[in-house]
Amino acid sequence: MIEFLEAFRLAFNLIITLDSNILEIVLLSLKVSLIALTIACLIGFSLGSILASSKFYGRGIVLIIINSFMALPPVVVGLAVYMLLSKSGMFGWMNILYTPSAMIIAQSIIITPIVLALSRQVIEDLNNEYSEFFVSLKISKLQIIKTLIWDARYTLITVALAGFGRGIAEVGAVIIVGGNINHFTRVMTTSIALETSMGNLPFALALGIILLLISVLINALVMAFNLTTKKYAFG
Amino acid sequence: MHLDKFNRTLIRIKPEKNINCLPIYIKDLCLNLDERKILSSLNLSINSDDVTVIMGPNGAGKSIFLKILNGILTPTSGCITWNNKKQFSDTLNTQAFVFQKPILLRRSVIANLDYMGSVLGYKKKISKDRLLEIVQLQKQKNQPARMLSLGEQQRLSLVRSLMVRPNLLLLDEPTANLDPGSTKIIEDIVLNLKKMGIKIIFVTHNILQAKRIADDIIFLNKGKMVEHLGKKEFFSNSKSIEVQNYLNGIL
Repeated sequence: MIEFLEAFRLAFNLIITLDSNILEIVLLSLKVSLIALTIACLIGFSLGSILASSKFYGRGIVLIIINSFMALPPVVVGLAVYMLLSKSGMFGWMNILYTPSAMIIAQSIIITPIVLALSRQVIEDLNNEYSEFFVSLKISKLQIIKTLIWDARYTLITVALAGFGRGIAEVGAVIIVGGNINHFTRVMTTSIALETSMGNLPFALALGIILLLISVLINALVMAFNLTTKKYAFG
Repeated sequence: MHLDKFNRTLIRIKPEKNINCLPIYIKDLCLNLDERKILSSLNLSINSDDVTVIMGPNGAGKSIFLKILNGILTPTSGCITWNNKKQFSDTLNTQAFVFQKPILLRRSVIANLDYMGSVLGYKKKISKDRLLEIVQLQKQKNQPARMLSLGEQQRLSLVRSLMVRPNLLLLDEPTANLDPGSTKIIEDIVLNLKKMGIKIIFVTHNILQAKRIADDIIFLNKGKMVEHLGKKEFFSNSKSIEVQNYLNGIL
């Protein structure tokens, strides 16, 4: 018990003194997850709004596949990206295995289905409300998509935050494609796994606390955006 | 608001292109939804440039008919000719539709009007504050549109539709469930638009309202036209038993 308390004391000390190693790991984690989130949002929001406002043969099957991809096991994604990026893989020529770029690709693949499926649902609900108004105005598909994304923006920010939460807390894929290389591809989750196995509890705890704080912050932001939605857009 | 100011504001939303959509001929119009016949061989013509009121019991097909006119729904068969032309894209672009349940964007009151200007690409500036003044919503201009009362939402929906600067305005029971104040504002606007030469087709259940605003009345029942008469004749001389039953509250 005393050992644990000591570990907590050291962990808080590392956070308060802004330990350079911890800072480096946290910043890389944020960088990787934010870039992956940006890619996921660009793909997810645009495809989500197109899917939400289109009817085509086989749409149901496409939706089932996308919804299933929300539960993609990160280690399987990691393995697939590893195989594609390894020397003998299809994209081996890019030479990006064990770099932050590979981690961004893996995280994007994990986050995109979440952002896509949730934004599709949000935008489709809104489109169902607006569709007769749009038809009546005879406006273009592009104008419809722009309107839907803008009017659903508060809810879409919540969707993006959910995706970010999933990305930053993920460990299986980034450890396979990033390799957990010190000062290069080491992020919070991979670091926690490594330091715990090495018995360096204060370091792992410090990162764990920061990860938890980020998670609390994301939840607070989600709540704030929900309140904003009600205040400014009323549902 | 003074009537002159009211009209001066409305005159700015007068159609830019004067596209004559009349007469409107509806021939053998049918609509089936899930094998249910909603409209069956509807035949009628609308010639007058005044206020045409469509009446009929629930399920008569009034709203569906209005939505087909606006292109929101596609009929199963039959055709509509506008000023003897089947090509009616011009006419469709100068129509505006006011829904029974207002469809407002998740934006402020003024942003709902701004939206119309942006998607329709207006060159001529229309004072949105003036429009809001007409429907007595100037104080709520920065409020979320969906937080307005139903009456206020419908008034906003009406002025927003005027930003299309329509030649033909279709109103689907716009005053259903509204208080007398909101109903009067909407009726006043409709009557003023009629004076400006905008053709109005107005669906209502309200017999007194039809007496106040209609010039001619189309009576639908079970997806068919039963009667199309001038207002006076409709209320005093209709030979149709269905119309008489409806007016007596039996149908």
